[in-house]
Amino acid sequence: MESLTLTDVEQKYYSDLFVYCDTDNTKKVASNGKVLDLFRAAQLPSEVVLQITELCGATRLGHFGRSQFYIALKLIAVAQSGLPLRVESLNSVKDLPLPRFVVAKNEQEARHTAMYPDLENQGPYQGVIPRPPGRGQVKKVSAHEVIQPCPDTTSPVVSPHQSPPTSPHAWRKHKRQASGGNVERPPVVVAGAVWTPFREVQSGPVVVGDGMWSAHSPPPVQESWVILSQLFQRIVSICYFPLNVSLCSNEIQRQSSSGYDDPWKITDEQRQYYINQFKTIQPDLNGFIPGSAAKEFFTKSKLPILELSHIWELSDFDKDGALTLDEFCAAFHLVVARKNGYDLPEKLPESLMPKLIDLDDSAEVPDQAPDVGYSGSPVEVTPNKSPMPSLNQTWPDLNQGNEQWETFSERSSSSQTLTQFDSNIAPADPDTAIVHPVPIRMTPSKIHMQEMELKRTGSDHTHPTSPLMAKPPELSEETKLATSMKFVTANSGDGYSSSDSYTSDQDPITSVVTRQRSNSGTSPEGLKVAAAPPPPPPRPNASHSRSSSLDMNRNFAAHPTGPQQSGVVACPPAIPPRPLPTQTSGPHSGHRSDEGLAAHSTTSPQQIPEQPNFADFSQFQAFAASDQPSDDGEKLCVLCSQVEKSTEGAGPLRTVKIDNQEERAAATVNSAKGSIMAPPPKPVRRRLKSEDELQDEALPPKSNVIATVLATLPSIPRSVGKDKKAIQASIRRNKETNTVLARLNSELQQQLKDLLEERISLEVQLEQLRPFSHL
Amino acid sequence: MAVCIAVIAKENYPLFIRSVPVQNELKFHYTVHTSLDVVEEKISAVGKAMADQRELYLGLLYPTEDYKVYGYVTNSKVKFVIVVDSSNTSLRDNEIRSMFRKLHNSFTDVMCNPFYNPGDTIQSKAFDSIVSAMMVQAS
Repeated sequence: MESLTLTDVEQKYYSDLFVYCDTDNTKKVASNGKVLDLFRAAQLPSEVVLQITELCGATRLGHFGRSQFYIALKLIAVAQSGLPLRVESLNSVKDLPLPRFVVAKNEQEARHTAMYPDLENQGPYQGVIPRPPGRGQVKKVSAHEVIQPCPDTTSPVVSPHQSPPTSPHAWRKHKRQASGGNVERPPVVVAGAVWTPFREVQSGPVVVGDGMWSAHSPPPVQESWVILSQLFQRIVSICYFPLNVSLCSNEIQRQSSSGYDDPWKITDEQRQYYINQFKTIQPDLNGFIPGSAAKEFFTKSKLPILELSHIWELSDFDKDGALTLDEFCAAFHLVVARKNGYDLPEKLPESLMPKLIDLDDSAEVPDQAPDVGYSGSPVEVTPNKSPMPSLNQTWPDLNQGNEQWETFSERSSSSQTLTQFDSNIAPADPDTAIVHPVPIRMTPSKIHMQEMELKRTGSDHTHPTSPLMAKPPELSEETKLATSMKFVTANSGDGYSSSDSYTSDQDPITSVVTRQRSNSGTSPEGLKVAAAPPPPPPRPNASHSRSSSLDMNRNFAAHPTGPQQSGVVACPPAIPPRPLPTQTSGPHSGHRSDEGLAAHSTTSPQQIPEQPNFADFSQFQAFAASDQPSDDGEKLCVLCSQVEKSTEGAGPLRTVKIDNQEERAAATVNSAKGSIMAPPPKPVRRRLKSEDELQDEALPPKSNVIATVLATLPSIPRSVGKDKKAIQASIRRNKETNTVLARLNSELQQQLKDLLEERISLEVQLEQLRPFSHL
Repeated sequence: MAVCIAVIAKENYPLFIRSVPVQNELKFHYTVHTSLDVVEEKISAVGKAMADQRELYLGLLYPTEDYKVYGYVTNSKVKFVIVVDSSNTSLRDNEIRSMFRKLHNSFTDVMCNPFYNPGDTIQSKAFDSIVSAMMVQAS
């Protein structure tokens, strides 16, 4: 590309346009989108645009550098003036008019000559002066309708300033409708960023200042002024305000004459606009805008969050998370400046600092308006805030000072509590009805059902369910103490209550159940309770307990005269659970009786719903005739038979399994309870026998246990089938070994019992002999 | 005059960490990370009494041969850790406390900024300036 010579005007214009297109703020490359928009706005046929793009080298480069952009603009001017597009024409054509860019709204276009580059109704574009560093040269352009076609333009708007190198802060309001007369060469910049939301927000009533901001042509003296871009003014009434122009020019002149003004000073018009915006968020001018609302508002400006955060830091003077009018204006001003490309200051400029409220003055006096600002500083103003020069405007509604003080105090207190807002994370709420922890396990549904049942049943009793549930430890103690009682009445709760190893909350529940039952003695309740919750899976201990009870039953039946064992249970298991406790009330050798009773009781209730009329009596009597050594086995067998009957639904295999389980469980229970006499494994043999009995429903011969076992043995395969014969045989073998060991165990336990009895007797003798020793 | 200042969020990830001798930054990162354990131990020591009675300033967390580490935790479980040079014996406890107080205040200001999302790293210039003022002037 050949070098491009541009006139000064052209240079300015092009640079303005470049900055307009430089949405990425790179200062080097104009964004393609913007450029293409601009070119389209030139109202040239697309192929011409393409040609231009190609000619300027952008297609080659892939982007629009500054030189490419300038070339392109020049070519557009060439094209618009009807000259053929040629590179040579770039420099050859003299007096080329500036390229024109038009946009939808063409109201003003007619008024604009080709010379006038700045059409307000275009997409915002503006010239950019070489950015004076640090100087807050902000332009204000009102480009309301201009912006509409390009709602998202965010390019900063800076007007070129030429003569004074230190460009004073000149506010130029650029009217959308350029007054036709003021066709000035220096391009007047039109709105930079426009925040459409602002226009939406603005309700329409236009403040006086709006009129000033309505589009007007740049004053004749623009060249030396910095134009502030008014971004967001809604210009509803389109009218020419030469007055405004003069005002602006006066103002600009004033500003220019004052030399180097504070670039951050907010003009009256701006401030008025800011106030209007403030009102849209917070109607009360003395009030505050909360941080969240301010955040939304300023986020619309599409500045990066980091910059908005910095602006907030600068403007929120009292660091309370809310903006007063002053702070808001300062923030707004900074946003405008930033959008126009000026860097944010490191600290708040003085002119933007909010005023302190003079506490001595009575705030109701409006006269003090000039000196009193709506600063956010509360009564506890920090000493580092210095009163700032008064604003140009007087603030209305100052007589709301009282509320102001109140709000301030709230604010201050709120700020102080900021660091402590978490101190009450866990307040002791007396209303939360956590009186005492109630260890109720909520997960098992059957427990729920049991509770429901308890509640239902509990209504009939003196024991309300809640205390029952709330006193599980006591119940568990009761469980330990009165296992027999519980076992008596535990129906389906057998699964829960048969051993202490079960979950404690199940124990209390069942204990409650049992206690209720024992108190009321109504077996139907127990049945009901049993029926309501889903029956637990058959637990080994349960069966064991059953077996142990069967043992006890057998023992008792075998030794009706035995003081220790027989007294426990004499009644047949068929009797309903309630009477059983009465029968077991007699003191017996501690555990065994209890165990037996428990076992017995557990079995009986179990059997009751299933087989209310199992003829255990006959079995007992039949067994009673058998010899002693085999008593245990027989009793176990009887027990087993009972067990079998209770579980008669299962096939032989299952019963066999239960036998095994019973063996193991019985062993464990033995160890737990400490004195189970009848080894559970014993029933294994008996079980087989009892199976036979079950099947045959006949009393097997009792003289020979083994014979009975053998008798049962063939019955099983007979009943089951040839297929399972082998398995059953192996099972039988295992069981036989088990039974041998179990017999040994039982014999040893018998010896233990004997030894205990001897010990007791010896102790008694000792007691008797003691007085002699003292002699 | 701190050598390293760190702000750690409640979830124990750093919101802000700056150390003066930039070349040794990793070492300070590690130190701050290990000091978190001590902080946790100290704040869990107050069992039944919740934050109301808990002192924000934790004091010397642990000394090493080169430097000392001080801790401070806010009521929202945001932790400040200051690492100072051991050779700087003139630094008194009160000064450390005042440093923490300033940190806390500027942190509160950062929090007040509605554009700051809690949990983001702290990029506030004001906060940076306060921290820089407290840091040892790098030679």
